[in-house]
Amino acid sequence: MAVMSFFANPHRFMAASKWPAWIFTALGVALVAFGVWRGLLAPEDHQQDERARMMFVHVPAMWLSLFAYAFMVGASLISFVWRHAIADVAAKSAAPIGAVFTAIGLMTGSIWGYTTWGTWWEWGDARLVSVLVLFFIYLGYIAVWQAMETPQKAARAASILCLVGAVNIPIIHFSVEWFAVLHQQSTFMTTDDKATAEFKIPMYISALGYLALFGGLTLMNMRAEIMRTRAEMLLQRRQAAD
Amino acid sequence: MSGSFAVFARELKLAWSGGGGAALPVGFFAAAASMTPFAVGSDTIALQTAGPGVIWIALALSSLLPMERLFQADLEDGTLDAYASSGVGMEGIALAKTLAHWIATGIPLALVSPILWIMLQGAPEASGLVAGAALVGSLAFFFFGSIGAALAAGMRRGGLLIALVTLPLYVPTMIFGAATLDAAASGGDWLGPLMLTGSAALFGIATSPFGAAMALRTAID
Repeated sequence: MAVMSFFANPHRFMAASKWPAWIFTALGVALVAFGVWRGLLAPEDHQQDERARMMFVHVPAMWLSLFAYAFMVGASLISFVWRHAIADVAAKSAAPIGAVFTAIGLMTGSIWGYTTWGTWWEWGDARLVSVLVLFFIYLGYIAVWQAMETPQKAARAASILCLVGAVNIPIIHFSVEWFAVLHQQSTFMTTDDKATAEFKIPMYISALGYLALFGGLTLMNMRAEIMRTRAEMLLQRRQAAD
Repeated sequence: MSGSFAVFARELKLAWSGGGGAALPVGFFAAAASMTPFAVGSDTIALQTAGPGVIWIALALSSLLPMERLFQADLEDGTLDAYASSGVGMEGIALAKTLAHWIATGIPLALVSPILWIMLQGAPEASGLVAGAALVGSLAFFFFGSIGAALAAGMRRGGLLIALVTLPLYVPTMIFGAATLDAAASGGDWLGPLMLTGSAALFGIATSPFGAAMALRTAID
């Protein structure tokens, strides 16, 4: 609680976030690069599928697409209940980054699908389809922010939409699973039980890097947003003085 | 409760007395479904395969049409402000308005659906089931749509936003409803998917008035 009200002041937030934004971003880039490098150089195991190397990019992106939405739900709840200005900015800033992670996950998943199933898109795979719906929810959320006239109203509307999405995402997911069972033509190999430690460790390193990257980029986006608001206020004040 | 009922009665009267409130969505529904043979071809088998899905997509899009004006008109002329100060909860008002509009527009859509079904070479014996599924499905579409309608009420050009925000919420109803019609076409077990469609509608009725009410309170601030 104390932390929350401390950061309700944009000045304190700007002062506290200046260095963490850069540190997290740099840490993220370094960890992702290291994870991918380790993954690419993992000992060649002829039993192991070479395509599994895609997982160092794909799996962390999928995790982060859900983590970013969960982060937005938390921020929206805080924004909705306490009208917390920084929480608004946090949810707004995380959305495009979450959407990009979702898009990366969808694209790499599609490429993986092509090499494994021989098709770029498989409606019978519930995970692929529900992530696509999640991507549309991200787009709707971003559109609400852009469509509203005042930032205050946009913040309220966007947080309502984010919470509505949080209630509906599990239901959408289960309905898509039901759909997939109904339409599935063949059973797919989706479990990665065989993944060895050589594969798991770089994947976790890469995931940690994605998480740091998400934190760093979100902080940068938030700072840019606050600076934009300040610039607009300065402009208005100058016009009022003229 | 009586307040919500008064709003419901007023909305229903308005929707009917205006005349032709349902004509536009019903016309759109019929026209959109009638486009299918031009795209798919007039082959009977092809139409029977595509029919259930096309009818369901057309039903979802036709249910989106009335959403743009569902709350916007009342927001513009101040009715919503009057409702807000009347002491009736905004949730009750959202529920009453959505239900009244579903009766005025959703039921006509459902009544037209068997005609389209037969035009797309569906088995005439399944007509009753198609109308029943469309009745339940449009109820779900209207209530999930009411959230988008409330969010976009304060915007001048909110129509496309409603579609973008609402269509992901339509996914479960889309899947269950189309599966019901598929089962009706192939003579499979339709009761299971129909009950799932019903559960989507009940979930929409139970939850969406709260989301819509939150959005409406923001809009009248």
